[in-house]
Amino acid sequence: MTTTELSPEQATTAAELVNASVRLAGKRIFTDVELTVGRGQFVAVLGPNGAGKSTLMRALLGLLPLQSGSVTVLGRPPAQARAAIGYLPQRHAFDSSTRIRGVDLVRLGLDGTRWGIPVALTTATRRRRKAESARIGEVIETVGATGYAHRAIGELSGGEQQRLLIAQALVRNPQLLILDEPLDSLDLPNQASVAALLRRICTSERVSVLLVAHDVNPLLGYLDQVIYMAGGHATSGSVEEVITSAKLSELYGTPIEVLRTTDGRLVVVGQPEAPHHHGDRHAHDHHEHDQP
Amino acid sequence: MFAHDFVRNAYLAGTFVALGCGVVGWFVVLRGQLFAGDALTHVAFVGAITAAVLGFDERIGLFVLTLAVAGGMAALGRRGQADDVVIGTVFAWILGIGVLLLAVLATSSEGGTGIAAANTLFGSIYSLSPGGSRLAAAVGLAVSAGVLLALRPLLLATLDSELAAVRGVPVRALGVGFLALLAVVTAESTQAVGALLLLGLLAAPAGAAHRLTASPSRGLALSGLIAVVAMWGGLALSYEVASLPPSSAIIGLAGAAYAAATLFSRTRRRSAGRG
Amino acid sequence: MSPSLSLNPVDDFNALTTYPFMVNALEAGTIIAVLAAVVGWYMVLRRQSFAGHTLSVMAFPGAAGAALAGLPTALGYYLACGAAAVFMRGGRSGSGLGSPGRGYGTETATIATVQTVGLAAGFLFLSLNNAVLGGTETLLFGTFLGVSRGQVLTLLLVAIAALAMVAAATRPLLLETIDPEGARARGLPVAALDLGFLLVLALAVAATSQITGALLVFALLVAPPAAAQQLTMRPGLGLVLSVVFALAVVWLGLGVAYFSIWPVGFYVTSFAFALYLAARLWHTTARRRHRGD
Repeated sequence: MTTTELSPEQATTAAELVNASVRLAGKRIFTDVELTVGRGQFVAVLGPNGAGKSTLMRALLGLLPLQSGSVTVLGRPPAQARAAIGYLPQRHAFDSSTRIRGVDLVRLGLDGTRWGIPVALTTATRRRRKAESARIGEVIETVGATGYAHRAIGELSGGEQQRLLIAQALVRNPQLLILDEPLDSLDLPNQASVAALLRRICTSERVSVLLVAHDVNPLLGYLDQVIYMAGGHATSGSVEEVITSAKLSELYGTPIEVLRTTDGRLVVVGQPEAPHHHGDRHAHDHHEHDQP
Repeated sequence: MFAHDFVRNAYLAGTFVALGCGVVGWFVVLRGQLFAGDALTHVAFVGAITAAVLGFDERIGLFVLTLAVAGGMAALGRRGQADDVVIGTVFAWILGIGVLLLAVLATSSEGGTGIAAANTLFGSIYSLSPGGSRLAAAVGLAVSAGVLLALRPLLLATLDSELAAVRGVPVRALGVGFLALLAVVTAESTQAVGALLLLGLLAAPAGAAHRLTASPSRGLALSGLIAVVAMWGGLALSYEVASLPPSSAIIGLAGAAYAAATLFSRTRRRSAGRG
Repeated sequence: MSPSLSLNPVDDFNALTTYPFMVNALEAGTIIAVLAAVVGWYMVLRRQSFAGHTLSVMAFPGAAGAALAGLPTALGYYLACGAAAVFMRGGRSGSGLGSPGRGYGTETATIATVQTVGLAAGFLFLSLNNAVLGGTETLLFGTFLGVSRGQVLTLLLVAIAALAMVAAATRPLLLETIDPEGARARGLPVAALDLGFLLVLALAVAATSQITGALLVFALLVAPPAAAQQLTMRPGLGLVLSVVFALAVVWLGLGVAYFSIWPVGFYVTSFAFALYLAARLWHTTARRRHRGD
């Protein structure tokens, strides 16, 4: 099965990388990556730790320059497309004593970058305020968080916080949603429900979804395309095409076996230990967190 | 220089007080309790004034109030720590009481309060008696020993309190005990370095050590070493330069060590990244 | 001078406002309350009380240094607080509310070092100038009842400037405070916002502590906003409550101090603390009641 045929309205791609390479702090993160994400597709970027998946996302957002090659998002250079992208970066969980409501967090997704005094003085601004509040309620409803959106975000569970963060990324009606390991810190039931939610959003809101994940299992059945990154290279196709013994062995340059369990899950065996790259996850984080 | 009694006393007390501060301080920084430490040092000052007003020996007031507040903070917080806001409000309130007591003191006695307050706030290491300096040294040594004895459980409890609890480490008790140690070293060091500057001896050598190494044993040793060297250097400098107060010199050196360590660790990281 | 409290509010208020020095004090107190309540609300949310306290203590080296260098005291305050803000920001290991970064590790060591080096310098300046500590009592505890008309005016201008800056950056600052990674992802200048806020805090502290003294500033920056945040999570309502609380505490403190021999500072901090405790209690019992049903 090849990638979903794009209908004429979807002729333009959501994101495209051609011959892209990125270098960070002198280390080559990935080279010669080619990928195309079609409009309305649900795509996962998989691969072991340190493979460069988050770096790839940052390159798509224009937060990192390419060493070579080109990147286009929604038909434009990444910096120009930023307004139409919803981005959910990797975050620490909110501190349990954080006294801010989920609904305020979502609202900040809408106007958090707006400088100026937040008082609605003219009728025009008041009308806009009303429309914004409606939109916020709507998007919170979409992610199913209406029940707890008015509680302190620090008190909520990981899955609940994640839903609100998804709402925050969706509130400006993006055409492309990029999520960096959204299922990472969730337990299995939550992984399943958040994955289902993202698929639903992809279809109902007509948003292209590109997400980075460690484990393909919660996403099986939803994916239109898989991009697998390892050893500084990437290969893309459907799940069945990419996650095969032959393909992965070629990617890693060493024998890999992919097995299917009786209930249909894929297991990758013989995956060599990927060297842990600090640059990937922590490039912008606190680097002085000394641990003996 | 060492021919003089008061100098020898100062060095004796100072060395072990600095050691105690360096060792305890390393953990205070790791546990994120510097603000609490700051509050405790100011509480020490208020304790001294309270004792003065009530007619007790200042040192009793120092110790009692500091230990009491430390206990309160430990009780109010989880795993023996307290919230940023709680510390701030309690702190501000205690300072308000200090204001009141100073006013009371000012009306009850004359002039002498200025000097006494200065000594409590900024230290008077050169006016320690032989007995006083021996006591200070003993306390500093005891506190250091206390921390080193509890090193591994304390480290585990600090870095991973859940694992520690599972392994049978009394996390909460350790937390309280640590704050008590902090209170003791605070109260004792107040006489040497003064309430306001004590925090510098707790923070700067430890901060420098944390920037330079991630290993606990090396960090503790480095922290203690930097603190002691700052103390010696400060005492020597202030002896040579009459107008330089000893506590200012000591803290100045400690601060310089921290700044140097920061710059060094930054350049080290930058050149490592470029390779 | 200790006029007696007649317990008739109107009479007392008239007695209070008879003297111009008292009117000045009330006006200054009002401006300070609003400024501290707004800037402090952010400070408490950002868990930067330690930095706030350090800034308030910088008044000491500022004044002592100015006296030594023959500069106007006010300049010394602003320079010292500003320098401290820059140094503290310089040592920061950028992490946000949502991570264990704040309060742990070397960031607080930087704040503590700046504080004590500043104090040590202040003590040095004082000794070099051969001054006795007694003169610095006003430094620590303020001259609320000796405020001049000119000082009130300067304070008003500074407050307007500081509040305008905070108002203009309300939403970006809020986003950066609670979700720094999200803010960064949306292209907000996180480092600039951090430094900018610290500088505004320094400005507020420098202007305020000339009148209220170094110790009192901190109480006003922490307690009313903390109390407000116990009662509500909404930013707008929280800011308003914070201002209301601060005004109440300052007016009450000034009013009571007028009729008593004890210092203003004591009353204001005690009322502020009591307010925080009450709010905390209310919050805890409201929580328990909510969980009960």
